[in-house]
Amino acid sequence: MSRTVVSSIVVIGAGPAGLAATRAAADTGADVTLIDAAPKLGGQYHRQDARTGDERFALPAGVQHLRESVVWAIEPIDGGHRAHVRTGPADSPDRTGTSIDAAALVLATGAYDRALPFPGWDLPGVFTAGAAQALAKGQGVAVGSRVLVAGTGPFLLPVASSLVGVGAEVVAILEANAAVRGWLSNPFGALAGAGKAGELAAYAATLVRHRIPYRARRAVIEAHGADRVEAVTTARLDADWSPLPGSEKTMEVDAVAVGFGFTPQLELAVSARCELRDGFVVVDAAQATSVPGVFAAGELTGIGGATLSAAEGAVAGAAAARHVGAEVRPPLQAMRRIRSGRRFAAALGEAYPVRPGWRTWLRDDTLVCRCEEVDYAALRGARNDRDATGSRSLKLVSRAGLGLCQGRVCGANVAELSGIDDPAAFAGRPMAVPLRLCELAGADPEATPEIEPGVKV
Amino acid sequence: MRVRVDGEVCEAEEGQTVAGVLLAAGRNSWRSTRRGGRPRGVFCGIGVCFDCLVVVNGVPDVRACQRRVEPDDEIRTQHGAELPS
Repeated sequence: MSRTVVSSIVVIGAGPAGLAATRAAADTGADVTLIDAAPKLGGQYHRQDARTGDERFALPAGVQHLRESVVWAIEPIDGGHRAHVRTGPADSPDRTGTSIDAAALVLATGAYDRALPFPGWDLPGVFTAGAAQALAKGQGVAVGSRVLVAGTGPFLLPVASSLVGVGAEVVAILEANAAVRGWLSNPFGALAGAGKAGELAAYAATLVRHRIPYRARRAVIEAHGADRVEAVTTARLDADWSPLPGSEKTMEVDAVAVGFGFTPQLELAVSARCELRDGFVVVDAAQATSVPGVFAAGELTGIGGATLSAAEGAVAGAAAARHVGAEVRPPLQAMRRIRSGRRFAAALGEAYPVRPGWRTWLRDDTLVCRCEEVDYAALRGARNDRDATGSRSLKLVSRAGLGLCQGRVCGANVAELSGIDDPAAFAGRPMAVPLRLCELAGADPEATPEIEPGVKV
Repeated sequence: MRVRVDGEVCEAEEGQTVAGVLLAAGRNSWRSTRRGGRPRGVFCGIGVCFDCLVVVNGVPDVRACQRRVEPDDEIRTQHGAELPS
């Protein structure tokens, strides 16, 4: 039913990694299709205000940009892979379908916030830090009027800054890890190594100007309210993140933004059968995955921020172009930036880990899986009373990870709570995004964008 | 542009998402869960968690944080699991 559309290189994701990959590949003369879910380029890091007509980023001439498009499956074909795409308004049954055959794929699907559960985290008014950021930057709206920002890592700073920018009062930033020493001796030093001193100085100035307290070793351990957040309990944490008795404080807030690092968006890499290690896609020096013709760049390969992602994207784009027969000069500068970026990312990961004491924040009736409303007691029961120890049996017995988000939010937490030593144990999803049955059944004729086949070298 | 939210007329502008409109209107929940009937709204804000589902023009299970509003959209609260009308 669908006509075969051919593009030498398909790049999935238009954040820092995907944009750099697109540019690098297109610069060699290869024909490139860039697929992204958003109407505008930039991804999460460079999120643009969706309410203006401006587009901040320019793509090289000839690049086919499929906006508002999601890849719901990838399958191997002779000489490459086929990407199945739906294009149109989010979750609409009226989206159009396209299949694109590509000789090389660059996966640049990014990451999303990891949220740790605590009593009351399912109340409206508890947001991920990324939600607060996306709504502020993309929609100009504050998630609350009195907001507490909590979690770990330097990302909390731009979130607080964005919240202030849209008129919210940020009552405090709580960093669950300790203030780190040496070259990471203050919260703003943490990113200085990535050439972000200026950006961080701006955040620091915002914090000082708005008298926002920054507290290390403290976390939100409970949110209170009937149908929405009205207050939170915070506590000082020991080195393992267990709350110190007697250190609890209550604050009145109408929103909480929590972020404990990031989880890579792995489903397409998993369905392409790329090798994973420690929950990330394994790549070589050319950003090639274990699957010939499939390259990965950005947070999929390890959490390292926008600068590293862009360098990886530049290398992945060049490598993909070489794979399809273009003449490519080795991107030595980008490769050097990757090496230094990875050293920095490793230091960052060591400074802001998730520590196991978060499990003590949970009570029996604390939801672990928000979609299927599975609480901690039910998850423990599945493991201890019914012997469900693998990810599949745990899902089937407890229902954790079986809901609408398909374990994206709870997967890493359920794995950790159940003693499964693989953060990606819940990342396998045959459908990378939910589709409606009418879409799967092909109720609408598949449309085809015009893409010139072949390499234009 | 104008949209309707649970029957009431609401001003919206081009490029706003359904979640952007609802939050700006002071709402922070617009769905009830299937089992506990608990209120939910935006959680992840970037299309990952599926907590912010809402009914748009009779079609349920639309992520409010991802869907951009169109003139005269009929937006309403989603109660548990709903079938398209």
